[in-house]
Amino acid sequence: MAKYVLEFEKPILEIEEKISEMRSMSDQLDIGPEIEVLEQKVERLRKSVYEQLTRWQRVQLARHPDRPYTLDYIAMICDDFFEMHGDRSFGDDKAIVGGLAQINGRKLVLIGQQKGRDTNERKVRNFGMPNPEGYRKALRLMKLAERFSLPVVTLIDTPGAYPGIEAEERGQAESIARNLFEMARLKTPIVNVVIGEGASGGALGIGMGDTLLMLENTWFSVISPESCSSILWKSWDYKEQAAEALRLTAGDLVEMGIADGIIPEPIGGAHRLPKEAADFLKTALIQALDQLTQQPIPQLLRQRRDRYAAIGVFNDAAVA
Amino acid sequence: MPWWSRNRKNLDESQNQQREMPDGLWTKCPSCETVIYKSELEENLYTCPKCDHHFRIGSNHYIDLLTDPETFDETHAQLTSTDPLEFVDEDSYQVKLRKATKRTGLSDAMRTGLGQVEGKRVSLAIMDFSFIGGSMGSVVGEKFCRAVDDAIRERVPFICITASGGARMMEAAISLMQMAKTSTRLTLLADERIPYIVILTDPTTGGVTASYAMLGDVTLAEPRALIGFAGPRVIEQTIKRKLPEGFQRSEFQQEHGFVDHIVHRKELRKTLSRVLTLLPIPETAD
Ligand SMILES: [Zn+2]
Repeated sequence: MAKYVLEFEKPILEIEEKISEMRSMSDQLDIGPEIEVLEQKVERLRKSVYEQLTRWQRVQLARHPDRPYTLDYIAMICDDFFEMHGDRSFGDDKAIVGGLAQINGRKLVLIGQQKGRDTNERKVRNFGMPNPEGYRKALRLMKLAERFSLPVVTLIDTPGAYPGIEAEERGQAESIARNLFEMARLKTPIVNVVIGEGASGGALGIGMGDTLLMLENTWFSVISPESCSSILWKSWDYKEQAAEALRLTAGDLVEMGIADGIIPEPIGGAHRLPKEAADFLKTALIQALDQLTQQPIPQLLRQRRDRYAAIGVFNDAAVA
Repeated sequence: MPWWSRNRKNLDESQNQQREMPDGLWTKCPSCETVIYKSELEENLYTCPKCDHHFRIGSNHYIDLLTDPETFDETHAQLTSTDPLEFVDEDSYQVKLRKATKRTGLSDAMRTGLGQVEGKRVSLAIMDFSFIGGSMGSVVGEKFCRAVDDAIRERVPFICITASGGARMMEAAISLMQMAKTSTRLTLLADERIPYIVILTDPTTGGVTASYAMLGDVTLAEPRALIGFAGPRVIEQTIKRKLPEGFQRSEFQQEHGFVDHIVHRKELRKTLSRVLTLLPIPETAD
């Protein structure tokens, strides 16, 4: 299968290919110094490219088909994960996975949106676009966590809640609204992490809690840059401008006071060194969980309410 | 003058919210094409006398329609939108706000106040679709929360009339988070055992539906209002086929279990009053 390469990854990849080509010949030839020069060159290039990514380039990285998904991270960070299925009312949505988990001895409930890797799995996972039963499964697991005093971790990675006939019939809006209401008062700590795409209400439906972290190359906003372009510019061609206008990156959301922190990714993005990305995620999760589980629940809930109450920018003075 | 059109307190009379209506003496019903005289339409609360099509109306009309004369006190009217992200598409957000304010006479897409419905005091939040598509940004979120706070402070029921295309794009993640903010505030209302009554009107979609519009203790809807999460166009583009007749309308939502009653505009006040009587507020929060 051909490797998926983003436009700005290409020059880096070209040098890397040259290096590996030279390596395969280095048995016969003495070209060690030349390889070293190229290696330094590629590192410099990588650094300069990734230090000045545009917002749209970060969106592309967030969607990179080789990027680790929820179940990949679970396999890399959990001592154990016991997946649970179904909303006990309609069915089991495979665009959201969840279950009992353990990370470095800490027991918790872990929930995440799941995209598919190949054509078939993408279909099964509905491209990571949940239906109402997915949100209701998530809520069932959160309530379970509350009853057994387990903290909740959610991993956000969705292009949006599924816009389909059946989804509307079963109450896509109600299922998300209910989750927001219940997450606002769930009597256990909740940590939310955007690991890829955080598109609108579909992301927020499992995305409220006490701490919001974002991986370095992810986005979280009210709409995708493409849809924003199509509505405001009445054309699909302004996605770069829309991405800039929306200020949708991890850095932007920290600046807005919505996200609490950025989890670094290896240079080149999480898909380049997934294990390293998972280690960063694991460290950040442990830190957030240990900090939150120390707090008494009433205090935690008060802080959670205050946190959302504070979001908003407006004039509050009568105009003379 | 029709019975529901009375002098109001604290209302700016220059507010012209009948933009869906042409300026002539008569108009054609978009549903059955009957020609209706403006005066007849007014008498009929902006519903078609032939087919009951409900024309979109603004907050002023709902205030007149629902509250007792001289009882409505507008609150938090000083809140106005800023442009925190300096959002620019073909126009800047600031220009859009100025235009919307000028065109509608409104300060944003929601108005709040305290008033009486057949003698029963309530806190009200009413959305205006004519202001940037009734979109929810910081001001709508904050006004909603303050109207909830007013209901809690006075221990009176909270009523919200929705009309919205969703969260306001020009405030990006900040408007998305208004879904979280408003839903969070409603948990306090629930803790206080104060009723929350939602009246869904045409159209209510997107982030407003996926937050406070779907969290009512009692949910009413005007007939044939479009109510949904995804817009019909987006769904059609995704599934690549035509949507069935009546899809996402009030009747569809009731059929699928998300609306208690579909109420003709002429019956709205009476119905609301009945619900307020039948759902008394307990003396204490617990
Ligand atoms: Zn008609």
